[in-house]
Amino acid sequence: MKRLWYEFKKGLTIQNPTFGLILGLCPTLAISTTVVNALGMGIAATFVLLGSNIIISALRRIIPQEIRIPCYIVVIATFVTITELLMKASSPTLSKTLGIFVPLIVVNCIVMARAEAFASKNSLIYSLFDALGMGLGFTLALTLIAGIREILGNGTFLGIPILKNFEPIIVLILPPGALLTIGLLIGLTNWLKRKKK
Amino acid sequence: MTQYLMIIIGAIFINNFIFTRFLGLCPFIGVSKETKPALSMGLAVTFVMTMASLITWLIYRFILIPYNLLYLRTISFILVIATFVQLVEIFIHKVSPTLFRAFGIYLPLITTNCAVLGVALLNSEMFFKEKEVLTNSFSFSILQGFSAGLGFTLAILLMSGIRERLEMAEVPQALKNIPIAFIVASLMSIAFLGFVGFKL
Repeated sequence: MKRLWYEFKKGLTIQNPTFGLILGLCPTLAISTTVVNALGMGIAATFVLLGSNIIISALRRIIPQEIRIPCYIVVIATFVTITELLMKASSPTLSKTLGIFVPLIVVNCIVMARAEAFASKNSLIYSLFDALGMGLGFTLALTLIAGIREILGNGTFLGIPILKNFEPIIVLILPPGALLTIGLLIGLTNWLKRKKK
Repeated sequence: MTQYLMIIIGAIFINNFIFTRFLGLCPFIGVSKETKPALSMGLAVTFVMTMASLITWLIYRFILIPYNLLYLRTISFILVIATFVQLVEIFIHKVSPTLFRAFGIYLPLITTNCAVLGVALLNSEMFFKEKEVLTNSFSFSILQGFSAGLGFTLAILLMSGIRERLEMAEVPQALKNIPIAFIVASLMSIAFLGFVGFKL
């Protein structure tokens, strides 16, 4: 039980994929213009992570060592395709705004890294909790970045205006704002880590 | 003719893969500490992106469309790209060991570079309309792959030049290395915003 909690928690804290391990940055930066996009992307990635971690962990004794990477790619790509089709059917507008970043979850390093570093070595139940933690950690990081950008760059949160009499800092919702926000946030994480020591 | 020029300028400057599309950031941050490896990485990516555009166009046009398999786009593209990169690695290893040493470690990394799959997906969305093949789509796709690669090379080369100088600069401890690289990239991205709306 304690171990399950640990596997779940680590994705949210020390091994957070975005701020701790600095993985999967392309979608993080590209779609974090609004909180809605960030949540959509986070849920999609969590679903893929869950599916691929479960299948790969279940098949870990069958997959031959030499061709494991192509096998992982096929499993991951299958779940990505499922997500793509589901999203297209259930929310066409979201699928249009996320665009090619939904199929690009295939090459998201977080999914591959969890398959290679965790699911291929651990049992199903641990892999499941690992995927949940990592997916949630990714979603939270995305939402944090998107929240900062949407509030300061557009004056809204989830599309609802919250800052009145405030001149939005437009550059934050433009591409440079994404790079600036993530740079400062990683800097902040480093600073907090150093302070703890 | 202007259409071709617009694709080149569009992929290198207006929609630069790094600064506006955010594709291929991992190698951009990871391999931009020195100029020489950055250039090798840029050229390797350009080559793979051009070839991947060519191969995925053929697959989309002659396999996925006629057999009604459009939903297999993601899975087929990634598998083909991964196989292709592996083949190139084996080929270079046999033919030119010197080139292999220069290129070698970067090639496997390129498989998981989202810029390569990204350009293939973009091509299939820009130059095809569902199942309809738009005019010149073949030459446009390859040109876009090549120019996007050049845009990536330009970005990573500029970045490595700046980061070489940053080594000497006094940066706050917490911002050293990766965070400052992002902030520099952000400033460069503002400069690239100047190209938005540019038309011939």
